[in-house]
Amino acid sequence: MRLSYPSNIKVIQVPCSGRVDIIHLLKAIEDGADGVYIAGCLEGECHFLTGNLKARKRVNYVKKVLEELGIEPERVEMFNLSAGEGPRFVEIAKEMAERIQELGPSPVNVQKKAA
Amino acid sequence: MIIADRKPLAELLEMIQDCDRILILGCKGCVTVCNVGGAKEVGILASALKIARKKEGRTLEVDERTLERQCDPEYIEQVKNEVGDYDAVISMACGVGPQFLSTAYPEQRFYPAVNTTSFGGAVQHGVWEERCAGCGQCVIHYFGGMCPIARCSKSLLNGPCGGSAGGKCEISKDVDCIWDMIVRKKTEQGRLEDLLDVKPPKSWDTARDGGPRRSVREELVQ
Repeated sequence: MRLSYPSNIKVIQVPCSGRVDIIHLLKAIEDGADGVYIAGCLEGECHFLTGNLKARKRVNYVKKVLEELGIEPERVEMFNLSAGEGPRFVEIAKEMAERIQELGPSPVNVQKKAA
Repeated sequence: MIIADRKPLAELLEMIQDCDRILILGCKGCVTVCNVGGAKEVGILASALKIARKKEGRTLEVDERTLERQCDPEYIEQVKNEVGDYDAVISMACGVGPQFLSTAYPEQRFYPAVNTTSFGGAVQHGVWEERCAGCGQCVIHYFGGMCPIARCSKSLLNGPCGGSAGGKCEISKDVDCIWDMIVRKKTEQGRLEDLLDVKPPKSWDTARDGGPRRSVREELVQ
């Protein structure tokens, strides 16, 4: 299966989506990412039982922070899929890339360029 | 422990509007335990404030530090060399922290990042509830180990009132009627007659009504 996903997505591997913390998502936005999403295992299928559920709650927290700051919360998202679903991984990557394309560059970056 | 909630980011941004360089000071005491002002939350707030500033096209330099406690001068002293290097300092401790800091460093501006709400504990992971009102004269032993001063909306000592329905307080369906719980517990224990002992009006001299409180342990005073 040689599937390609949008090249503007940088994949960071972690042992479990539960490893991703609020600060990691915020730092990504702070450092200029236009969007950031977590691809975790299917809910109920976490090897560590609740890692992906925790990840979702953290994503929701970051969405609220972005909302407070007047930044589109859709720039941060949680997806669930199994490790065997290559085509779904690509689908999600394309969906997220399209969403970010529609939203445009992060307000953090727009100001940076203007300055 | 002392429970607090973080202030809205807009309020904090307003406080530091004219600042380019700030220090966020966390506390490893109560606010770390209730996940609002420890090292982790300091990092999150720093990042959020920097994102907000970048969005405005301005920069904000933020240093992060978390003290053992902010309610003891010996720990407050640990920032003496750097506290003057900033335009302002945000304290993530309870209301005590920014006051101790302001006293120790009168030339600096200190802003509270949290709203201190109550004395309480975690009833489940992520949920904290008030348990003590700090009235200065503990009476929980009369009420089955439950404090009607902190946990009854009216602080009734001879309750319940007519607003108790289905075990809930009339102010909200999310608030248990503590008097319902007290009566139930006393009934289960077979000690309901304890509640026949009518409590006279409580003296609030030891509470806030008597003015700011002070505790002195002579054996420790140097």
